[in-house]
Amino acid sequence: MSEILYGVLVAPFRDMAGSPAFLAEVVLGGVFAGLLYSLVALGFVLIFKASGVFNFAQGVMVLFAALTLVGLLERGLPVVVALVLTALVMVALAFAIERAVLRPLVNQEHIILFMATIGLNFFLEGFGEMVWGANVKKLDVGIPDRTFVMAGIQVNQLELFAAVTAAVLVAVLAVFFHGTRIGRALRAVADDHEAALSIGIPLKTIWVIVWSVAGIVAMVAGIMWGAKSGVQFSLSLIALKALPVLILGGFTSVPGAIAGGLIVGVGEKLGEVYWGPLVGGAIENWFAYVVALAFLLVRPQGLFGEKIIERV
Amino acid sequence: MSLARQEAAARPLLEVRGVSVRFGALLALHRVSLEIGRGEIVAIIGPNGAGKTTLLNVISGFYHPYEGRIVFEGRDRTRLAPPDVAALGIARTFQNVALFKGMTVLDNIMTGRLLKMRGSFLLEAVYWGPARRQELEHRAFVERIIDFLEIQAIRKTPAGRLPYGLQKRVELARALAAEPTLLLLDEPMAGMNVEEKEDMCRFILDVNSEFDTTIALIEHDMGVVMDISDRVAVLDYGRKIADGSPDHVRKDQGVLGAYLGVSHE
Repeated sequence: MSEILYGVLVAPFRDMAGSPAFLAEVVLGGVFAGLLYSLVALGFVLIFKASGVFNFAQGVMVLFAALTLVGLLERGLPVVVALVLTALVMVALAFAIERAVLRPLVNQEHIILFMATIGLNFFLEGFGEMVWGANVKKLDVGIPDRTFVMAGIQVNQLELFAAVTAAVLVAVLAVFFHGTRIGRALRAVADDHEAALSIGIPLKTIWVIVWSVAGIVAMVAGIMWGAKSGVQFSLSLIALKALPVLILGGFTSVPGAIAGGLIVGVGEKLGEVYWGPLVGGAIENWFAYVVALAFLLVRPQGLFGEKIIERV
Repeated sequence: MSLARQEAAARPLLEVRGVSVRFGALLALHRVSLEIGRGEIVAIIGPNGAGKTTLLNVISGFYHPYEGRIVFEGRDRTRLAPPDVAALGIARTFQNVALFKGMTVLDNIMTGRLLKMRGSFLLEAVYWGPARRQELEHRAFVERIIDFLEIQAIRKTPAGRLPYGLQKRVELARALAAEPTLLLLDEPMAGMNVEEKEDMCRFILDVNSEFDTTIALIEHDMGVVMDISDRVAVLDYGRKIADGSPDHVRKDQGVLGAYLGVSHE
């Protein structure tokens, strides 16, 4: 008994204190992974804030963007041109989704829109593979995958680049949707379609903007993950990792998505390295879900989410 | 003043010309015509199901008529969508209060100001300076409305937590924030007690005189209607059966028969 307690409560911290450089590396790795989770979670938050819809297809949008980019690169286009074209494809996709899915379903229950995004998920998955093929592809956008030593800590250049990009994007979006006009318009649309229309908020424009931004966020996430582990179907499964991030941070909060991503990223890495051996490893795979479960019991609106008040 | 503008000034602000709306087999409005002059307060009355709210929805672009026209400030506006109607300077409230319930009163009213705010979404994210200044200017105007409607004490309260009477007042504030030329009020006093009704009457009259706003309202309380409106239009089964001064309408036999359902004697 005392051995278990020692293993859980004392030994990990003794190890951490024993080798601070290693600890920093683990934390850094967690931060990198966490920022990428945040990026995927952000796509969900944006759409959820603006339309109250949980977009089941967000993960597939990541895959679709990555597939498109790889496909264009394989046809010999320069990286910059391929990036711009892929971004345009994601914007076009937003227009198409607004026209074909959202507009016919305006004023419907949220659950119906959610079901529609499940359909969208299957469509994009099939369409992407039909156009670009289903084999695993290597994505190389010219970011060197080297490791260098900084202040005694090993840092991977690709991971650093990904983390900085994610951080910049997250910061821009946070400012973009904070306070002032667009933020308020978004919340207004999410709260009451009819009232939003009556004060002059064009629903369609807001939706196209939000889905475009979500599409481009998905593209960035697709590039980062794709460059790390190749472009393949499993890319769409990182959406599953975004779920606990959302539960932690709150479905309606941009800062929440960031904090949630970092907590999950750092938490699972620390857990894996220091507590993993106690249970034979592989904590990384379920750590986030257990934390999310605990949060659902204690604070279901998440760290930063809005408490939903409903009058009966 | 140029000839064209003189002409425009002489014309009514809003002309509804022979508008018909149909929901399946139900004829909600049948060739209804109504003119609203600049600066007027016009009440639209009628029994339940007479088509009053439908008429308001047609004017604000939520429904489009299958025949007839809507002319606002001399131009045909029949087919516009709600956001475009709002951009022309027509604001409205809803029968069942449509506030942004999760947002504070202040944010609700600021949202009503949206159309008055300039600048692209992107610039707003980048330029803190101008965006901030703009925010402050609009905030000043919104504070004026808050003072005017005497809702200072609740400005930070989420709208969904307010009692019904106050929600109606906040909804009016949000509509006013757009500085509308024409304000459409759908039963602004429904479910209010006597004092709240008196307050609301005073606000409507003050809005009309101080902000130069033309007002069309739907109301069931006859005392209120007779007190505040310049003109009353009566709908029954989708048709307009009377239109004139409150005194005139009060004495109209057809109105008494249709609206009250009893004979005058």
